[in-house]
Amino acid sequence: MKEHFTLDKENDILTAQKMSGSEAIIKCLLAEGVKTLYGYPGGAIMPVYDQLHQYQDKIHHVLARHEQGAVHAAQGFARISGKVGVVMATSGPGATNLITGIADAQIDSTPLVCITGQVNSQLLGSDAFQETDIVGISTPVTKWNHQITKATDIPKVLAKAFYIAKSGRPGPVLIDITKDAQFEEFDFSYQKCIGIRSYKPVPMVEEKKVQEAAALINSAKKPLIVWGQGVILSEAESIFKGVVEKSGIPAAWTILGVSALPTSHPLNVGMVGMHGNYAPNVLTNECDVLIAIGMRFDDRVTGNLNFYAKQAKVVHFEIDPAEVDKNVKADVAVLGDAKESLTQLLPYLKEKDYTEWHQRFKDLYKIEYEKVIKNDLHPTKEGLTMGEVLKEINKQSKGNAAIVSDVGQHQMIACRYADFNITKSNITSGGLGTMGFALPAAIGAKMAAPNRDVVAIIGDGGYQMTIQELGTVFQQRIPLKIVVLNNEFLGMVRQWQQLFFDKRYASTEMTNPDFVAIAKGYYIDAQKVTERGKLSEAVQEMMSTEGPYFLEVCVEKEDNVFPMIPSGASVSDIRLD
Amino acid sequence: MEENKTYTVSIYTENNIGLLNRISAIFQRRHINIESINSSVSEIENISKWTIVVQLTEDRMKKIIGQIEKQVEVIKAYYHKEDEIIYQESCLFKIKSELLFEERQIQNIIKESNANIVTVNKEFFVLEKSGRSEEITLLYRELKPFGIMQFTRSGRIAVSKDEMKISKMLEAFSN
Repeated sequence: MKEHFTLDKENDILTAQKMSGSEAIIKCLLAEGVKTLYGYPGGAIMPVYDQLHQYQDKIHHVLARHEQGAVHAAQGFARISGKVGVVMATSGPGATNLITGIADAQIDSTPLVCITGQVNSQLLGSDAFQETDIVGISTPVTKWNHQITKATDIPKVLAKAFYIAKSGRPGPVLIDITKDAQFEEFDFSYQKCIGIRSYKPVPMVEEKKVQEAAALINSAKKPLIVWGQGVILSEAESIFKGVVEKSGIPAAWTILGVSALPTSHPLNVGMVGMHGNYAPNVLTNECDVLIAIGMRFDDRVTGNLNFYAKQAKVVHFEIDPAEVDKNVKADVAVLGDAKESLTQLLPYLKEKDYTEWHQRFKDLYKIEYEKVIKNDLHPTKEGLTMGEVLKEINKQSKGNAAIVSDVGQHQMIACRYADFNITKSNITSGGLGTMGFALPAAIGAKMAAPNRDVVAIIGDGGYQMTIQELGTVFQQRIPLKIVVLNNEFLGMVRQWQQLFFDKRYASTEMTNPDFVAIAKGYYIDAQKVTERGKLSEAVQEMMSTEGPYFLEVCVEKEDNVFPMIPSGASVSDIRLD
Repeated sequence: MEENKTYTVSIYTENNIGLLNRISAIFQRRHINIESINSSVSEIENISKWTIVVQLTEDRMKKIIGQIEKQVEVIKAYYHKEDEIIYQESCLFKIKSELLFEERQIQNIIKESNANIVTVNKEFFVLEKSGRSEEITLLYRELKPFGIMQFTRSGRIAVSKDEMKISKMLEAFSN
């Protein structure tokens, strides 16, 4: 049969006589430049693990303690490096345990290749031991998936998998390989995939649209940029900074967009959305032109769509045509890769003075500072706040650390207060809100960026969802810094119970174990801080320790995260208390 | 509120295992009932054509087309209003043969409805009818009182009045 995708035939990377399917899988990974992968062995993937053993000097397999840990580690690896994260698991429960991470990668556009073992092809559909229809199960949460039953298909399918995962709007791909295909021998050759006829990953930027966008932007008196992860995924940080600086337009970020522009940049006006900053949320409903770049108007960003930026003309720069007009109608949509679009936009932009408009942001910041930020960062009460822990980490890392946060109150505080000088530095589960993400994701991030400080900020709830990955930290000797902000509650749910359910704290109180003892059980240096006076010294000890370090900070139990847009409310109805 | 209308979706895809799941999941996830679905070969070799009938608002229809086109193995998806396509469905009736001779009325119904007798044997005969949904429903109603042993009808198949340019798209890839 004729193939409907294009392989890079001029650069035939590898050919070999007779090779097993399992060895071919390793050769394909090596050809794609994979040096680290995460996973967990089991019956149906054993032939591949046997080859990993043979190739251990070329490719490093990291044994997680649970497949969910493995997939989150691969996500952390991908998010900080921009490369494809690779994860491997066996059939049945091994494969189903990947699903949460795959769904997370799908909604946060993270490039992953997941390889699962499958029972022998003759046993498919027979309810064999550890057989599950993982292709069926993973279909709605993968960008693409495929089952291989013949060794000869391995090279071309894996070539497609890497191409699809990384190109255009990235996402997770799952390849299920039956055990007989892993054993089968064939003549191997590998060429990278460079095109698929039914798949156009990056729309061509239309110059006319860019001009229309520029005209609208140049005509604005009160423009606002809201950028998302698209800026990071297309590596458009530098041109994006150019656009912001030349136009002088205030720029706000979604939580996956932060770090594309340093937090200290004078035109960076903070975070939009449910727990974002006061000024950009309120002024979303005052701006005359809203310029959305590489973001998808998630409901946590927009609040009630019926009251979202109704007064504004909307310009949407977006790579995925399905996102245009999905939640917010665009007056001008510029389809294409953000880097390409912004490069074309820059020369058309006029330098304008928005002094009065900027003053509005400053005035509202002052209000937020007095009502919220001051109390978070410089508390006068006895209990420690999450904000002051972040402030201390900022001080000691000088804003150069990668912050990997879990999900909940601590996540919002980390995103609100962490300083970022370097791009790809905020690694968090934004779309899916996966508790248990941070510890394993931080493992992957630290392994991909060994020269950077990687600090995982985790709540006491989420920490216990993947706490077993301390075993991975220990076995791999990953010099990761783990901070648990312990309020003995599932804090965000408790906050909602307090505000919207008359303080009925249903199943949110946590009776926690001795976290320090657990860390020490894994031979990880650890300490617990309960007083403000000891915080600075403890953070310093953590940051200066060469190996992994665990720091538990006992914070105020019933603090709330503000500002807050109550669900169903408009962004401009954001509450400060 | 915009009202629900009947739309026919045409999707050209690669002929791969698993696409049925992927496409039906797009509707299922949004709690949209598929009225009928048909997958077949198309005018282009190795390319499948899907015809799906749904009832929803045009705004939602557009968004769903975006989600369908986003799938890697989908070449192109279109939605059509009722007057933009030529469409048919088909049905089969299995009826006791004795009725054909005893009930004069049945012969008239067959004649007037332009249905075809596919086969006749001692026990039963099989009647086939292609046409618009309403015509098939009418025939069913007319035959029901006499007793129907088995009845089945296909999903809608449709061709658009306008060109869909799939071949050009595929040529652009191979060049």
